[in-house]
Amino acid sequence: MKQREKGSQQGGQTGMWLRYAVVSVGLLFLYNNLELLAELIVGILGLSRESHFGEALFFFIYEVPKVLLLLVGVVFVMGIVHTFVSPEKTRAMLSGRRSGVGNAMAAGLGVVTPFCSCSAVPLFIGFLQAGVPLGVTFSFLIAAPMVNEVALALLFGMFGWKIALTYMTMGLGIAVVAGMVIGKLGLENQLEEWVRQMLNSTVAASAKGSDISWPERFGEGLDHVRSIVGKVWLYIVVGVGVGAGIHGYVPENFMAELMGESAWWSVPVAVLLGVPMYSNAAGILPVVQALLGKGAALGTAMAFMMSVIALSAPEMIILRKVLKPRLIAVFAGVVAAGIVLVGYVFNLVF
Amino acid sequence: MKKHIKVLGSGCATCKQLESLVREVVVESGIEATVEKVEDIQQIMAYNVLSTPALVVDEVVKCSGRIPSREEIEGYL
Repeated sequence: MKQREKGSQQGGQTGMWLRYAVVSVGLLFLYNNLELLAELIVGILGLSRESHFGEALFFFIYEVPKVLLLLVGVVFVMGIVHTFVSPEKTRAMLSGRRSGVGNAMAAGLGVVTPFCSCSAVPLFIGFLQAGVPLGVTFSFLIAAPMVNEVALALLFGMFGWKIALTYMTMGLGIAVVAGMVIGKLGLENQLEEWVRQMLNSTVAASAKGSDISWPERFGEGLDHVRSIVGKVWLYIVVGVGVGAGIHGYVPENFMAELMGESAWWSVPVAVLLGVPMYSNAAGILPVVQALLGKGAALGTAMAFMMSVIALSAPEMIILRKVLKPRLIAVFAGVVAAGIVLVGYVFNLVF
Repeated sequence: MKKHIKVLGSGCATCKQLESLVREVVVESGIEATVEKVEDIQQIMAYNVLSTPALVVDEVVKCSGRIPSREEIEGYL
């Protein structure tokens, strides 16, 4: 009896693996043949890619499923990764780390630790209470929004792996260096009074390991896809729609004057413009891609995007509850400087 | 015995979602309980949670950083 139960359980597991495998292969096949499919649909509608509308439509029906498929894949994998890390585990790993190594670890963990932006304050205080240095904490807080899975998936889908990888490296670099600078400046006295009082009561950083099975991890991956893709798919569709319009109608080199490589001031201006804007990578990237096709420089566009997602006014307002204005200014200044630098480097390299 | 449930969160969308889910479960299960939303960050920190939303039942943190399923919430009560 017991034997049979066990057998059917294993059968269920094999069935699950098989289902995941079949779906993955199917999606991969679809992904690889999207261009053909889009050509076909445009052809059936009797449109030519030579016309403005035909080109815009082709762009739209090719890009939307491509980006969404990639996003589903990356977010699914990330959902599984999330089952291995938690804010508590990350804190335990970072507790008492020195500058340098600690900052690098914090930036890396910032990418894979599941956490929502409204948890920034509890996380910040919780890290400090457990003896994570201020600079290391900042490395985590800077890397987490900037190098997120949605941004990486979209960059990969729209610009290719080289640019996605460079973006990730640069984003991590900014987080590490900015955190080290903030750590060196010794700004612990720039925390609000009540926060410093809380720090007197240190807590031990302990994390209980979660013991979950692989099917459950896959389930978490699917949940993650549902919640993230459910949240951003509309942004992507609208963004690509705007992008398609630009792609089909705006003349070539229209943006070259404004956002081209020749205009040195465009990088800092792009960063400044990005601060008050609050959007996610999903909404802004398709537009950025379309602008690039019209002569905008990649570095300028990247700097704009980094600024929009890493330096946002609402986040500053949340952080103001725990940080005095001077520390906020230092944080914003250091990160902005890093982004400007990255913009110039991108413009030089690509 | 009457239970005291607290939902900790700074007021973002996920926190509100958890609050309404908890209220639903309480009504459906017929358990006698009060549901309170705690938005003050200093009070939240007193529970030593790292990520919100968090669910507290009778001053014990049951889960944090995610929205538990309906069944899980029923289990906590």
